[in-house]
Amino acid sequence: MGAKRINKSRRRFLKKSVVAGGTILATSGLKPFSVLIFAAKEPEDTLNPWYGIGIDIEKCIGCGMCAKSCKLENDVPQEPFYFRSWVEQYTIKNDGTIKVESPNGGIDGFSQSVPDNEIFKTFFVPKMCNQCAKSPCTQVCPVGATYESPEGIALVDEEYCIGCRYCIQACPYGCRYLHPEKKTVDKCTLCYHRITKGLKPACMETCPTGARIYGDLNDKDGELSLFLKKHNCQILKPHLNTGSKLYYNELSAEVR
Amino acid sequence: MEHLYEMLSRVDGYIYPNEIELHWGILIVLYPYITGLVAGAFILASLERVFKVKVLKPTYQLALLTALAFLIVAILPLVSHLGKPFRAYEIMTTPQSHSAMAIFGFVYLWYLMVVLLLEIWFDYRRDLVLWSEEKKGFWRRVYKILTLGVFDVSPKTVAWDEKLGYIVTVIGIPSAFLLHGYVGFIFGSVKANPWWSTVLMPVIFLFSAMVSGIALVMFLYMVVSWIRKVEIDMPCLDEVGKYLFYVLVFDFTLEALDQVHRIYEAEESFEILHMLVNGKLNITLFVLQGLLGTIIPLLTLGFFRIYKPKEKIRKTAYFIISLLILMGIFFMRWNVVIGGQLFSKSFLGFTSFKLGLIGGEGFLMAIFWMLLPFCILAFLLWLLPPWKKQEVS
Ligand code: SF4
Ligand code: SF4
Repeated sequence: MGAKRINKSRRRFLKKSVVAGGTILATSGLKPFSVLIFAAKEPEDTLNPWYGIGIDIEKCIGCGMCAKSCKLENDVPQEPFYFRSWVEQYTIKNDGTIKVESPNGGIDGFSQSVPDNEIFKTFFVPKMCNQCAKSPCTQVCPVGATYESPEGIALVDEEYCIGCRYCIQACPYGCRYLHPEKKTVDKCTLCYHRITKGLKPACMETCPTGARIYGDLNDKDGELSLFLKKHNCQILKPHLNTGSKLYYNELSAEVR
Repeated sequence: MEHLYEMLSRVDGYIYPNEIELHWGILIVLYPYITGLVAGAFILASLERVFKVKVLKPTYQLALLTALAFLIVAILPLVSHLGKPFRAYEIMTTPQSHSAMAIFGFVYLWYLMVVLLLEIWFDYRRDLVLWSEEKKGFWRRVYKILTLGVFDVSPKTVAWDEKLGYIVTVIGIPSAFLLHGYVGFIFGSVKANPWWSTVLMPVIFLFSAMVSGIALVMFLYMVVSWIRKVEIDMPCLDEVGKYLFYVLVFDFTLEALDQVHRIYEAEESFEILHMLVNGKLNITLFVLQGLLGTIIPLLTLGFFRIYKPKEKIRKTAYFIISLLILMGIFFMRWNVVIGGQLFSKSFLGFTSFKLGLIGGEGFLMAIFWMLLPFCILAFLLWLLPPWKKQEVS
């Protein structure tokens, strides 16, 4: 009887270890495969900065200074069809319809075309690259010209980009454009050339109300972490699982 | 820049500021179209070779050479569309394993080098030797080079050619599936775009590829016979028509399933897609792709399954149907590629597409890329005429 029981438990043990071993093997076997599929990187070293952005919608007054300074700082073509950063004006009318506008990306400011008595609510939403942690743009680039910096910023290597525009198709937020002269893709770099020198990105430097902040998500006492702690923040298109690191507080459900 | 300002006036609703320009134009429509013709023609050829559908013999070599002619051209519109075309080789030298487009380059090369060229070579090697003996001067040398130095035409070696050719075809079938399934994946895997992002996309692309490839060979067979002033082999044509019918049924079912699924799920993007389909894509989707390109051929071919009218009527019908299908599948690609860019990813508005006449991305350029494979095919048919091949006794 006793021997039988021992046998049984041994068998169970064996079974369990086989299952456990199999799972470990399978997952470790799948690991290189995941490299094939995802371009995603996680912050490997929590000592390094891992940048994110916070936008306080309540503070944005739609002056468009951010969009303007971005163009000046980063040599973005002055025509109205190329933006690294822009502002949208949302107007929800009493009848529930939504009106969105972004004339010239908001650079020249906004005027409200809906009469006051028809407006349910209205607000501004500044937009820029979400610096996605699982960036679809990086995933699709056939030559690796779009890549993620160790600080979690999606960048484009102009010398490498072949101008296939697959990344433009893959970005769900419309953050990329083909530079008309360079014929390669361009996008927001969070002013990489500035932040690596300890300066603020141009848009944040010029925002008169301090509606935009950026910071190290690994720094739990940093400005961005405090913003995230204090507010209930949301990202855009969360169902797409892009790992967006652009956080908005008070984001209305209408915003896409 | 002017054209962008003009576009601005044709925007409905709200689009993201960077979305005014359509990034993939007619050249990118041609790329899956031409690739599809290749895969389809090859699959038709393998019906004869692997599945021993002997009645299809008259179209076998024609289908193979058609596949080759179109495959050579397939990648050119893509390359010429790049912002930096001279960097195109980077896709092969520093590919990113996680990019669907990068892997396509290898699938393409594999298909061209390993499958298609090898199969044609095994099939023609004996004739190349014989032709090189017949010809003189320059062409003699050309045929000699094409034999790659294997001049042995003993029955044993020829039997080996046959065997190896068969093996290559067997490998070729999944490769052809892969080739076009992969093109579908390039679109189907873009999650940002609800019009593209469906798991069915590779399968739909595959079946529509077969449809278009078979229709192309049907059309070419009739035209080539007419030019050569020889009788069309009617049992062969009927058989091609039969396969065309079956594949078309599958293709139609899949596409209908995809649309029904969208409508039934009615996800977040449903409204904008609904507007897209009923507005901007109205004619190209319902009339050109649906009615003319699918329903009419489907009904006619189905009717021929039950009742066979006189040869002359059938011939005319097959001719018209093959053209209708070729047009229909072209617009299927159009509706996918262009349609997928007409609505904003904000789901709040539309932009529009205007095809220019001239320029690198214009109508004339597209015609050029479309005619080029036919010229290459004419040359191939002259160089390797299937009708001059001698039966192995
Ligand atoms: S927002 Fe667009 S461009 Fe920026 S990282 Fe995400 S996918 Fe890439
Ligand atoms: S356009 Fe440039 S950055 Fe974008 S996917 Fe193509 S090669 Fe990569």
